[in-house]
Amino acid sequence: MIPQAISRAPDLFLPRPFQITGVRRETPDTVTLRLRSLQGDPFSFQPGQFNMLYLFGVGEVPISISGVHPKTRDLEHTVRAVGSVTRALVRLRKGHIVGLRGPFGRGWPLEEARGRDILILAGGIGLAPLRPVLQSLMAHRRDYEQIVLLYGARTPADLLYPTELERWRGRLDLQVFITVDRGDEAWRGHIGVVTTLLPMAERFLDLRQAIILMCGPEVMMRVAARELENRGASPEQIFLSLERNMKCAVGFCGHCQFGPAFICRDGPVFPLSQVRSLLEVREL
Amino acid sequence: MADPEVRIPAPGSLWRMEKAQLQTLLEALAQQGYTIIGPRIQEGAIVYDEIRQISDLPIGWTDEQDGGYYRLKRREDEAFFGYAVGPHSWKRFLHPPVFSLGQARRNGQGFEWIPPADPPPRYAFLGVRACELHAIAILDRVFMGGPYVDPVYRARREALFLIAVQCTTAGGTCFCASMGTGPKAPPGADLILTELPDAFVVEIGTERGAALMAGVPCTPATEADRAAVEARLEETARSMGRQLDTADLPALLYRNLEHPRWEEVAQRCLTCGNCTMVCPTCFCFTIEDLSDLAGTRAERVRRWDSCFTTAFTYTAGHPIRQSAKARYRQWLTHKLASWWDQFGTSGCVGCGRCITWCPVGIDLTEEVRAIRETDGAMASERR
Repeated sequence: MIPQAISRAPDLFLPRPFQITGVRRETPDTVTLRLRSLQGDPFSFQPGQFNMLYLFGVGEVPISISGVHPKTRDLEHTVRAVGSVTRALVRLRKGHIVGLRGPFGRGWPLEEARGRDILILAGGIGLAPLRPVLQSLMAHRRDYEQIVLLYGARTPADLLYPTELERWRGRLDLQVFITVDRGDEAWRGHIGVVTTLLPMAERFLDLRQAIILMCGPEVMMRVAARELENRGASPEQIFLSLERNMKCAVGFCGHCQFGPAFICRDGPVFPLSQVRSLLEVREL
Repeated sequence: MADPEVRIPAPGSLWRMEKAQLQTLLEALAQQGYTIIGPRIQEGAIVYDEIRQISDLPIGWTDEQDGGYYRLKRREDEAFFGYAVGPHSWKRFLHPPVFSLGQARRNGQGFEWIPPADPPPRYAFLGVRACELHAIAILDRVFMGGPYVDPVYRARREALFLIAVQCTTAGGTCFCASMGTGPKAPPGADLILTELPDAFVVEIGTERGAALMAGVPCTPATEADRAAVEARLEETARSMGRQLDTADLPALLYRNLEHPRWEEVAQRCLTCGNCTMVCPTCFCFTIEDLSDLAGTRAERVRRWDSCFTTAFTYTAGHPIRQSAKARYRQWLTHKLASWWDQFGTSGCVGCGRCITWCPVGIDLTEEVRAIRETDGAMASERR
């Protein structure tokens, strides 16, 4: 009944129904939604791609795919409440329905990263689009050399995926370093911006050789890009995921333009060499 | 005179058609099921709307245009197409300003979509200028030339019959000659008309155009007709109201993203978005999600949007382009520079609408000139 209705639709712009199979609260304003197609379609994606999540009659927003549930393999999206649609999305419960279009965009260069050291730099919710990278790397661990994750959040309460972080930290084949801007009474870890962790990463890998994957607030990525270049990394080795308003996700609506790029279609992941000068322009 | 002798109007051939026979042509189009869209006068402007007979055309009228200025004026003759372009462009028929993508109904667990039921309209456009043919070719690249194809645009575009009319009058804000987009019509139209004082010269553009003209009385064009067309086009090219130096234009703009002129133009710009609405190539849209009060029905509506609104770049809780300076810079650099990277062509066809319909008369040819003359100047306030 539903599949037939959907197959008639010009599905480029009309979201398909997905059911929420679970909700995990990550931080005070962020949840991870677990989703399964009501039509039973399998869903495949590349780490770094995004979906458009639609709430019936409310609106639609681009959200990075943050991986699959380790056990059920259901699709996961980590959503932070920052606007009217995301505020409604974080209130969803198990059993509720959302619409979904996707996957869209170009993901992380995992093929290119084979056989090399990998540095992952995440800030805040920027860890979400990098989580499927970590899941994929861990599933094919032998294909890569050293892997280092540097992750920064505002406070300890803002750290995403604490259970997985603990598990990753326990692995001998993955180096995880975490920092926060402001600690609390229980925090015994590092304090400072994420780039202050770079010397730790350099103990395990050579920044001039590694593939560097980065996602976080634009100001963080701008600063980190400069710092990485100062330490010998070239813009061709560094990849970052950018975010802009999106309405269509297929390069027609014009909202996500970043200079010559349509972030929805040409990104959201770009080599730094392609966007380096644009990152320095304010209000581009 | 109507000449029933055997003749084959092949693509590329030129014919002479009495002006009144344009009515026969319109009737032939209507017979084939086309909805004919052409120029007509509404509320003091020449706009594009449905026409049924040649008396609907703005016969004997012209338009006076300048920065922020548009007036209709009687001509001294009875020319059918003796004006430049008005506030409408053909994009409103190919890329509708408001379009319902579908309605949704909750059903049991989920929801289902009811896509728009009406078959897309079959349009015939009459009076498409050379710059406007270029604009349609640009929209073709935007909506049909990439990895995705827009079904809304394609349905209208593929059914389209195009009758071009080459300009024998240049408007006060026209600069197609600078952009290489006119006044001579590029290939693509089914028929290309040029208006002479006593007749139309009709060039057959396509087999479809040939088939249509087979039913319209006309005679082979003479050498004199041919020469008259060329002379008119040359005269039009010489009388452009504006000029734009396009040499190295994308690089000029890219290296001047921090030029103080952006701040200066922002002092005048009202960020009203008129330029984007009248532009024949500005394609941006938004998608609005609506629901009834009970929350059982929803609709997705696609609606023209403008990069001049702050909401356009609303991302993760705040707009990226807050200042008028950033929004004007985005519009101009997109049109004249990044459009090349995205679609392999300029986004500007030199029609002059953005100049005419800017309420404060901002003139992009003037803005580019100002930047070119002070190439490399930097705004004092930098981060």
